[in-house]
Parts: sequence; structure tokens; C-alpha cells
Amino acid sequence: MPTQEYPRIYLYRRIVQAKLFIDSHYADAINLDSIAGSAWFSKFHFIRLFKTIYGKTPHQYLTHVRINKAMLLLESGASVSEVCYSVGFDSITSFTGLFKRVVKQTPSGYQQLQLARKADMGKTPLKYVPNCFAEAKGWV
Amino acid sequence: MITKLNHVSIFVLDQNSAYDFYVNKLGFKVHTDAAMGPGMRWLTVTPPEQPDLEISLMAVTEGMMFDHDSAAQMKTLISKGTFGFGVFECNDLLATYEELKAKGVKFKKEPTKEFYGFEALFMDDSGNWFSLGQKESA
Repeated sequence: MPTQEYPRIYLYRRIVQAKLFIDSHYADAINLDSIAGSAWFSKFHFIRLFKTIYGKTPHQYLTHVRINKAMLLLESGASVSEVCYSVGFDSITSFTGLFKRVVKQTPSGYQQLQLARKADMGKTPLKYVPNCFAEAKGWV
Repeated sequence: MITKLNHVSIFVLDQNSAYDFYVNKLGFKVHTDAAMGPGMRWLTVTPPEQPDLEISLMAVTEGMMFDHDSAAQMKTLISKGTFGFGVFECNDLLATYEELKAKGVKFKKEPTKEFYGFEALFMDDSGNWFSLGQKESA
């Protein structure tokens, strides 16, 4: 049955399942072709519908997820190489280049800033709370 | 002259559970998570495309803000689903609805075409409800 004859909600569910699959398997070597599914949902239609819904192709979305996860891991103090490989990249050079393009900072530069912010938050948390809320809560 | 809104509060019953809901289910980012002392936490999250709008997930606790009776009343009102704190927007309501449902988010209203737009209503883990609308295409 051609793609356009399937109930719309069925196609949406397939796309959402693909997105959730990327969300949980981003660290693996995902074959995006195989995610497109069966013969009656062509790779072209899959990519087009995915992009219509999420504003990104599946490949762009996978990169987006990997970079976001990398940011969280860097914030936790993991080393750049550890982060690179654990989010699914296989080259530190390409990971660093892509990270800098997206985040506008190097991974280590981003990490230093975030760890410094975290340390500061631990020492002087009131700096991060609007005074009206701090007063209302009785923290000042 | 007021230029924008940069903080808004949502009262929640449990900040740990709210963290899981807003961050892991809705996909919001943590902006600030600061321990203010024993049992006191300043937790704010931001929607994916509004990094400068901090949503404070405010615990309802007895103290300066609420006396004992008021805190108890607030908790009852929240868990009864009294409060609707706002309207969220998405690019595609059907896809967002399917995804949030798959993640266990409860809906009061499925995606429905209304005279004002395409809308669903969902609840957070505390009972607060929100409208979720589809962004109008230009």
C-alpha cells in the first residue's frame, strides 16, 4: 500500500517510534536506513515526514541528540575522550569540530565554564535565585 | 519599560518527581539546580527553544510563603488539578501527543480542532494542567 494511503496517525506513530529509538540508541552505530522501516514506507517519505515534524532530518536529529548528551556528560566532569566515544562518535577530532560548530565552544572550554558555574552555585547559591523569590521563601 | 518575562513559577508537589517529568518526559533543560539548605532547592528548567525563560519548579512547603494550613490547601488544590499554568506550543501536535503518551504523560484532552486552533491538554506529575497547541504556520 503506498505511504499516502496509510492512516495519518499510523505514519505519525512510526515517525515518533523512530525518534524515540534515536533518543535511546544515539550511542550506537545506528543505521538510519533501517529505521525507515518496511517496503511500504520509503526512505524518502520517512525523511521528509520526519523533517516536517521535527524540523531536522533523522541524521541531523541524531547529531543534535549526541551533542546534547555530550554537553550533559561534560557538565558532569567526564573527560572529552570519554564523552566522545560514549555518545557514539568514533573520532575525537570530528567530535570536537562538530561540537564547536554547534555549541560555539570547544568541549573542554564548555566543560570548564560549566564546572566553574556549578562550583560557584555550590558556594553562593543565592546568586542564582531572584531576590524576590529568595525573600518569599525565607532564604535571606 | 518591561521588555520580557524571564521567570515564571509552577507549584509542584515533589521537586524530584517534577524534575523527571519536565526534563526526561517533556525534554526541558535544567537551567539552575541549587541546594539552598536542607530540604530547600531552587530548581529551574527552560523549554528547548526558550533558554532565557526560566520555569521555577517551586515546592509547596510550610515556611515564609505558606503557613501550615495554606500549604495543605495548596497541595490539595494542585493534586485536584485546579491550576492551569499556561499554554505550550509545538510544531506538530499529533507527533508530540504520540510521543508524550508513549512516555507516560496523561492527557485530559486528546488533540482536538477547536475554533481557536488545534489543541490538547496534558497534566504534569503533580496534577497541574497545560494547554498544548500547534504552532500556526506562517
